[in-house]
Amino acid sequence: MTPGFLGGTLCVWRRDMESWRKYWKASLVGALGEPILALVAIGYGLGRFVDIDPGGAGVGYAQFLAPGILASAAMNAASFEATFGSFTRMTEQKTYDAILATPIGIREIVAGDALWAATKATLSGTAVLLVAVAAGLVRSPAACLLPAVALVVGLVFATMGLVVASRAQAYDFFTYYFTLVIAVMYFFSGIFFPLASLPGWARAVAWCLPLTHAVALSRACAAGTVGGAALLHLGVLVFVLGTSYALAVRLVGRRLIV
Amino acid sequence: MEAPIVAAAGLRKRYDKHEVVCGVDFTVRPRECFGLLGPNGAGKTTTIRMLTGFAPIDAGTLSVFGLPVGPADVRAIKSRIGVAPQEENLDPDLTVAKNLLIYASYFGIRGGDARARVAELLAFAALADRAADRIPTLSGGMKRRLVLARALVNRPRLLVLDEPTTGLDPQARHLVWERLRELKRSGVAMLLTTHYMEEAAQLCDRLVVMNHGRIIAEGTPRDLIERYVGREVVEIATGDDPGERARVAARCRALGGRVEEVGDHVLLYLDGAADARAVLAALASETLTHRRATLEDVFLTLTGRELRE
Ligand SMILES: Nc1ncnc2c1ncn2[C@@H]1O[C@H](COP(=O)(O)OP(=O)(O)OP(=O)(O)O)[C@@H](O)[C@H]1O
Ligand SMILES: [Mg+2]
Repeated sequence: MTPGFLGGTLCVWRRDMESWRKYWKASLVGALGEPILALVAIGYGLGRFVDIDPGGAGVGYAQFLAPGILASAAMNAASFEATFGSFTRMTEQKTYDAILATPIGIREIVAGDALWAATKATLSGTAVLLVAVAAGLVRSPAACLLPAVALVVGLVFATMGLVVASRAQAYDFFTYYFTLVIAVMYFFSGIFFPLASLPGWARAVAWCLPLTHAVALSRACAAGTVGGAALLHLGVLVFVLGTSYALAVRLVGRRLIV
Repeated sequence: MEAPIVAAAGLRKRYDKHEVVCGVDFTVRPRECFGLLGPNGAGKTTTIRMLTGFAPIDAGTLSVFGLPVGPADVRAIKSRIGVAPQEENLDPDLTVAKNLLIYASYFGIRGGDARARVAELLAFAALADRAADRIPTLSGGMKRRLVLARALVNRPRLLVLDEPTTGLDPQARHLVWERLRELKRSGVAMLLTTHYMEEAAQLCDRLVVMNHGRIIAEGTPRDLIERYVGREVVEIATGDDPGERARVAARCRALGGRVEEVGDHVLLYLDGAADARAVLAALASETLTHRRATLEDVFLTLTGRELRE
């Protein structure tokens, strides 16, 4: 039986997973090292000098930071895989071309690659969660939802990364994306300081960044305050996901079917 | 007559301002090996890309298995064809066996069926002992064979082969030919491009010669040879002196038949009308080779000798 959309997506996902298996150790160290370092260095190192109580109710800085680091770890893992990784498959390795000669189409290729990037994001996010739990930074039972949050955040940034990859002419192009988009989001999405401390216009801009909603959702789950606001953040993320998936399918198609 | 496997009519494709396929008509019949020949840039790969859904058609009609090539039926078509592209696109991150196994999954072949099929194909491609090796460790010929094996994973009824033997040594090429003949005997139709005229002569039942996006000749290899160059060719070595070459050419012209001056020799094409013995006797004083006409003579006659692109 020719695979349908879901079956095809999983085939592509499996192809990516199989090719990653031999690198998994190196890849995991890379994906986990950075967020854990950030948590320890900034949370405990810098945190001792930060005299704020951002979460209210006596929450320490490391505790404030952890859910944000989790969201950004998911963002980074997914973004790297969906730009560098997918671009290689789309161009140099011609993996997409090889798959397109079979009944699997562009929609499944984009979905499968995005799902794979999001899988790596989930692994990264979960590892950060385990560290945070071990350090006593996360206590609410709602934190069980955080791997799922990492998956959604991963899908959002994976599809965004695929849009970028579909337009890239060379690897250099991703330098701009990472310094101008990803890094900006990293610093201005409420990971390191509460958005309330920004002037009104800057706050308005920050709320336009997908990572801001990812951080807010993550923080709500970590704090156990999953309510209407959290659903709203989830809604925004799902909207961005839907839009960038549709765009990625279009642009990848335009690049490969000529 | 049975319905054709591929039917193309008035096929056109334009890139920017440049039309690279300019109204091409052909059919591939069941169980037939159909050749697409032509110099570099003639539009062979583009034609194949249209057929396999990689390049949208600008004008004309194209159907495979009676289904129009287009978004509606592309899955049904692709599930029944096997494609070996001109540019090798094996998965470098996977082993030889995994390449086939993963490819099988794209067609919905899984589990024990997939493993059995992979074992069969590894034997077919003479790669069983390399099953666990990675792609970058294979030689060019092994990669080519694997690409062919991969194209067969879904037991296609139509095999699309874009230069299947380019870069292979004679042994590997003969192995591939043998495999393709086996497939043909089993009823698989083939669309093949090649720059090796001997390959086309050996494998193709019918072929077309393309040039600048147009089909300029069509027929069986034997028909084409007889129609465009005749049965036999006499090649006379003349050395580098153009005066000497002109003298020999004039002598040949006087004997009848078409004459061509190329580099350091003169070619005299003998059609059925000319009496080969008489001609050879008349030219006895020259250094000559007498041989059967080949598809290569047809190709060069039709598409000229100057380099493309
Ligand atoms: N994607 C593309 N964009 C622009 N031009 C293209 C594209 N693909 C092919 N062409 C042009 O179309 C023409 C035909 O190319 P094609 O690859 O079909 O030739 P070919 O007959 O397969 O040649 P070869 O024997 O070298 O493989 C060439 O001039 C090529 O430059
Ligand atoms: Mg070609």
